[in-house]
Amino acid sequence: MLKIENLEAEIDGKAILKGLNIEVNAGEVHAIMGPNGAGKSTLANVIAGKEEYEVTGGNIELNGEDLNELAPEERAHNGVFLSFQYPVEIPGVSVTNFIKTAINETRKAKGLEDMPAKDMLKMIREKSELLEIDRKFLGRSLNEGFSGGEKKRNEIFQMAMLEPKLAILDETDSGLDIDALRIVANGVNKLKSKDNAVIVITHYQRLLDYIVPDFVHVLHDGKIVKTGDASLALELEAKGYDWIKQELV
Amino acid sequence: MSKYTEEQLEEELKTQEYKYGFYTDIESDTFPVGLNEDVVRAISKKKNEPEWMTEWRLEAFRVWEQMEEPEWANVHYEKPKFQDIAYYSAPKQKPKLNSLDEVDPDLLETFKKLGISIDEQKKLANVAVDIVMDSVSVATTFKKTLGEKGIIFMPISEAIQEHPELVKKYLGTVVPTKDNFYAALNSAVFSDGSFCYIPKGVKCPMELSTYFRINEGGTGQFERTLVVADKGSYVSYLEGCTAPMRDENQLHAAVVELIALDDAEIKYSTVQNWYPGNKEGKGGVYNFVTKRGLCENNAKISWTQVETGSAVTWKYPSCILKGNNSVGEFYSIAVTNNFQQADTGTKMIHLGKNTKSTIISKGISAGKSQNSYRGLVQINSRAENARNFSQCDSLLMGNECGAHTFPYIETKNKSAQIEHEATTSKIGEDQLFYCNQRGIDTEKAIALIVNGFSKEVLNKLPMEFAVEAQKLLEISLEGSVG
Ligand SMILES: Nc1ncnc2c1ncn2[C@@H]1O[C@H](COP(=O)(O)OP(=O)(O)O)[C@@H](O)[C@H]1O
Ligand SMILES: [Mg+2]
Repeated sequence: MLKIENLEAEIDGKAILKGLNIEVNAGEVHAIMGPNGAGKSTLANVIAGKEEYEVTGGNIELNGEDLNELAPEERAHNGVFLSFQYPVEIPGVSVTNFIKTAINETRKAKGLEDMPAKDMLKMIREKSELLEIDRKFLGRSLNEGFSGGEKKRNEIFQMAMLEPKLAILDETDSGLDIDALRIVANGVNKLKSKDNAVIVITHYQRLLDYIVPDFVHVLHDGKIVKTGDASLALELEAKGYDWIKQELV
Repeated sequence: MSKYTEEQLEEELKTQEYKYGFYTDIESDTFPVGLNEDVVRAISKKKNEPEWMTEWRLEAFRVWEQMEEPEWANVHYEKPKFQDIAYYSAPKQKPKLNSLDEVDPDLLETFKKLGISIDEQKKLANVAVDIVMDSVSVATTFKKTLGEKGIIFMPISEAIQEHPELVKKYLGTVVPTKDNFYAALNSAVFSDGSFCYIPKGVKCPMELSTYFRINEGGTGQFERTLVVADKGSYVSYLEGCTAPMRDENQLHAAVVELIALDDAEIKYSTVQNWYPGNKEGKGGVYNFVTKRGLCENNAKISWTQVETGSAVTWKYPSCILKGNNSVGEFYSIAVTNNFQQADTGTKMIHLGKNTKSTIISKGISAGKSQNSYRGLVQINSRAENARNFSQCDSLLMGNECGAHTFPYIETKNKSAQIEHEATTSKIGEDQLFYCNQRGIDTEKAIALIVNGFSKEVLNKLPMEFAVEAQKLLEISLEGSVG
């Protein structure tokens, strides 16, 4: 599904990704771990198409299509979803209105009519139940005054509504207490299928107890330096990242 | 929002339609250009007006002749050539109609496009519509339903014939003919508009709605609206304009007077989208409006406006809080794009005790436009315990537009409590990227963010207007990002 080869990217002339390779197939869950500043969020933003980042080398393909050619919204229409590490506030725009707009704009791009209100209502009911989201929450301004945990839960709610092919969760676990973590992870697991894929970016093993990855990658200094199975995450948890850095020299 | 019910959720999910912008070719009967006493007399004669009305107009004309066009607003434009304007234009088929079959088919088509059908549907929608095509009201609906409650809602020209005592008593009492240059001009030449009277204790059962349009190239439009809410009554009045694309400047100088007697309430909502001119700043309507309301004891007047159109706007819907415990409100969204200029705001004049006013102004500027808020809060010496809250927010798009705030406060009573808040913000890259990532392109994202920014004011509009207003914001800002 996603194929990244020798990806190099910079921001303000500063190189961040320095020849990164990763391949993700449908039905798989990949975890990307790594120390602060390693370039994890940069990778997520580059896949999603944030313009501030300049891709200076390599390729990103999604189902054989060159993502670099596409605007961020077109990537979204093709099924890329990013759960942001720091979701932004949009005052005065309710969660409902926002998600309605997102769904209908995506449908429009595919030449479809707006989703009928009753279908959307049904879907909102289902997905908000799945994520144990209070109805009141849906009427609030997007992310305005939300707690850290509410923001993250809202990201996953949007993911559930948009049903992406490739979901990238950038530190979705940070800010979540243990109950919320379980709810969110449970939601992600329910949405998983053989046709979609998830990339989980995290610092901590604890999320991976719930969302069990098929592969774990260590990102360091703009490159994937080690790949393993779920046990690698446990090892990282126990030993930290230093041993990997040492292995590299 | 304290609660968010299933119904609210459903409501928010409904998809809404919007119709606007077209031009109808209807033969019209237009006066030659120019203005003098004879033209004023001719207008009055055309309308079959009584002598007192003719005299009232002539007096206004004489005052106007001595006045200078104001220069203090933060707008720059080529002054209209007042002698090059035709001051009267009426559809030729001035009808006295018995049924819809007698109406010009083009006109019916126009009504359709406006979404106003003069039939049962509209009745179900609970809206009575008095339509002003150019300067003459062509159709008045639901007169009967309203009549049963004793509510008068008709073209002002008819009111002058049928209810001269009411018109004579109130016309010019809130906006005197001498008030300002444009008000004087309007008083001399107004050819139509609406008159509304709600009797004592009556709560008007439907929103009263008037659609104004400019339809004949080169004719200025000078509506005159007078709304009188008698003691303890309530009315919600909607005024909306759509104008077809025109290439030359058109002058629009309306006067609206509201009178809320003791314990009465008037809610006056406007959506204004006259032609703003093209991307190069050519053409567009000059909108120089005087709107003012007078509150007696315990009365309340709320002005809500969504201003998206016109090349130049000069407009300050105001409240004179004469009675004790009276309340004035002003909720405004003003959008300017390309070369539009808007200088708008309000005046809250506190005369009575315990009077209260609220001002919420949202200015959105894009392109090379200039958007100014100008407000005056005046607390008179007798106005014990007067309170005002003002909030003026500006949203800027790009680096070539301007937002300006001119809040004036004059207090002659120490007990006054006045609060003023102002913010200026820009739409952030991160907000746009967040929307993009969810499949929302930049243009739509801006519309969404702008709607959110304006929500406090949009929420004050009656439902059917709120939808139209939202779409208008979107359309007005089209092409505002590169
Ligand atoms: N907008 C930016 N401008 C300059 N440097 C940035 C910007 N965003 C990220 N960086 C730098 O890029 C590096 C990688 O950051 P990031 O991708 O956020 O790391 P991670 O998510 O792995 O913690 C860091 O050194 C960070 O300081
Ligand atoms: Mg990060």
